[in-house]
Amino acid sequence: MSASDFAWLVLLLPLAGSMVIALGWRALPGRTAGYLGTASIGLAFACSLGALISLLGEPHDARQIADSLYDYASAASLEIPLEILVDPLSVFMCLVVTGVSTLIHLYSVAYMDSDAGYRRFFALLNFFVFSMLVLVLAGNFVVLIVGWAFVGFASYALISFWYRRETATRAGMKAFVINVVGDVGLVIAAFLVFRELGTFGFLESFEAARETFSTNEGTVVAICLLMLVGAFAKSAQLPLHTWLPDAMEGPTPVSALIHAATMVTAGVYLIARMFPFFELAPTAADISAFIGLATLVVAATIALVVTDLKRIIAYSTMSQIGYMVVGVSIGAYGAGLFHLMTHAFFKALLFMAAGSVIAAIAGRQSIDGMSGFRRALPLTSGLLIVGALALAGFPGMSGFFSKDEILVFAAERGGMYWIFAIGGYVAAFLTAFYAFRIGFRVVLGEPCPEARELERGHLAHADPVNPLTGEPEDTEVGFPGPEHHIAERARPMAIAMGALGLLSVIGGALQIPGVSAGLEHFFEPTFEESAFHEVIPSSGSAWLGLAVGGAVAIAGIALAYLLYVARPGVTARLAERLSGVHRFLFNRWYFDQLQDALVYRPLVGAGRFANAVFERFVVNGIVQGTVGVVRGAGSAVRGAQSGFVRGYALLLVGGFTALGVYFLAAAS
Amino acid sequence: MDITWYLVLSGLLFAIGACGVLLRRSPLVILLCLELMLNAGSLALIAFSRAHDNQDGHVFAIVVMVVAACEVVVGLGLIVAMFRRRLPLDVDQIRVLRG
Repeated sequence: MSASDFAWLVLLLPLAGSMVIALGWRALPGRTAGYLGTASIGLAFACSLGALISLLGEPHDARQIADSLYDYASAASLEIPLEILVDPLSVFMCLVVTGVSTLIHLYSVAYMDSDAGYRRFFALLNFFVFSMLVLVLAGNFVVLIVGWAFVGFASYALISFWYRRETATRAGMKAFVINVVGDVGLVIAAFLVFRELGTFGFLESFEAARETFSTNEGTVVAICLLMLVGAFAKSAQLPLHTWLPDAMEGPTPVSALIHAATMVTAGVYLIARMFPFFELAPTAADISAFIGLATLVVAATIALVVTDLKRIIAYSTMSQIGYMVVGVSIGAYGAGLFHLMTHAFFKALLFMAAGSVIAAIAGRQSIDGMSGFRRALPLTSGLLIVGALALAGFPGMSGFFSKDEILVFAAERGGMYWIFAIGGYVAAFLTAFYAFRIGFRVVLGEPCPEARELERGHLAHADPVNPLTGEPEDTEVGFPGPEHHIAERARPMAIAMGALGLLSVIGGALQIPGVSAGLEHFFEPTFEESAFHEVIPSSGSAWLGLAVGGAVAIAGIALAYLLYVARPGVTARLAERLSGVHRFLFNRWYFDQLQDALVYRPLVGAGRFANAVFERFVVNGIVQGTVGVVRGAGSAVRGAQSGFVRGYALLLVGGFTALGVYFLAAAS
Repeated sequence: MDITWYLVLSGLLFAIGACGVLLRRSPLVILLCLELMLNAGSLALIAFSRAHDNQDGHVFAIVVMVVAACEVVVGLGLIVAMFRRRLPLDVDQIRVLRG
């Protein structure tokens, strides 16, 4: 089988899984739906491996295979095949997406066990993975947009999974609306590409772009900026990021899926995939890198003060995606995608561990009440620390190698790009600090009542409430189920977390400066046309960067230890003394309010104005005026209708006579 | 041939018919007067046909007769219906359609 055959199977399996679960949900007892969903994604992962192997069997320059199934749309002079592009980049994305998603599915098999919407959950989860695979395998802009929109819908459906929880449905709508803003950008970008280059295909348009556009020409910059709108909406970069923390309303496995394997990585993938355009528009690429840097710093500062466990991790995702965006925008494609992969491992792990902790503390999510789970949840605690170490970039962990590779590349390009290296290291310090803000507070310290209870073997349960608002809930469909599951007692969860923990530790081995460059080499067929292909930091400077990164990470962890373990209470005093800063960060830099003031309020105001003035006076005036004119004219001519038949006859005769006389007079 | 007098006759018949329609109030008489006008028209057609020496006018006259027959059927039907519903047989009094 060729690589493209495998790729079609990768697409087919999750779709089939989704369809079977969605249509046959009545016939699937117990956990069958969960295992079925897991199996379909697992098989898709196996097929991705098959695609990888057969792609590696191809000669070096034949590793970009475009294959189309049938003509998806053909009209006028337009032929759009349902086309996929199988190359190292898309196969890599397939492997990450399906691999991590398999483990997330496995985790959900147990985690969502008591939820009344169990089968719906897996149907949607499979569909989510399918959408993401369409997105990464797309071979032309039309299929890309289809996948892009599917991902938006799937995220909406899953964030609002507990649809009777009002905060969840609102969060789902918010995610959907902001994503649609991005969709519009991407669609217009695709139209521009077609107008300028006459093709929707990726490979054709890349080739045509190199011939048509000169560097930094207005059109290509516009195309790139519009693509960035799409990429930033999906990847939650400033200022389109506000949906991401709210998306924490979804079930924890969904958060893991959105943050690790699917959705937010789509923007990074898009920038990497469209690198020929971005290299023709360095201005747009620099804008993108700066926004990435801004996001990475802003999100890291917010993560310092937020108290909701899942939201801390969400801001951490934004921040890490910022690294990736910086990476792929400055030309460090391999490094950016490497970080995408390692981040997928440790972020999925962190979310799973958070899910387990939240289950142990009766569904509450604020870290204020959490402490001392090390004996009650030994496995979860251990893996949480592993995830936090990888996130912090502790020497030897996966995040250590991938993050620093981006920053070293930025330094290697020199000049203005030093800003990214310095900003990245500053944020890395913050990252290490907030990662261990979670780690130390949850694991160390005096055990909280729930942890104490759990040590005696009893899992705490409380009346179901909305963790955000405290509203009482029940456990029927549309709300979370009654049972909580912790990794210590649910084998599927433990297996998934263990596997991710292992990957978080060893994932960095793919790319160690001076030792291995597996990914960089693997990506060559995709990125060899890149102008930055030759920019390779020497192993000396790479190790120097790693040393700095490691030192920064250890310093951050040490500070967290100092503030949260050695001298607890300092942080509270600090927050009090710097209450202005704290409030500013706690309110997330007021981005929600900013959007509210800049977009929502003007729109609503314009609507009110239109209703009060335009609708009332102009539209209504036109309608009522027309009615008046017709009615007045009718009453004016009504007198002529006398009902007097002989009168009509006289009119007729008189009229004809007059006409006759006129014609006679005219003729003579 | 000279058709002047035929046309004069036709014109007179038409004028008499028109006056009848305008002046009389009985629907039956109005119908008769309408017939008179149609026949005046037919006469004029045939006269012109003879003058130009072709058959088109004759054909038209026959068509007019068919139309006249139809009109009589509908008109008489209306009058019978009016009679049977005991409506006044006076066109001036039947003016439900006034605006």
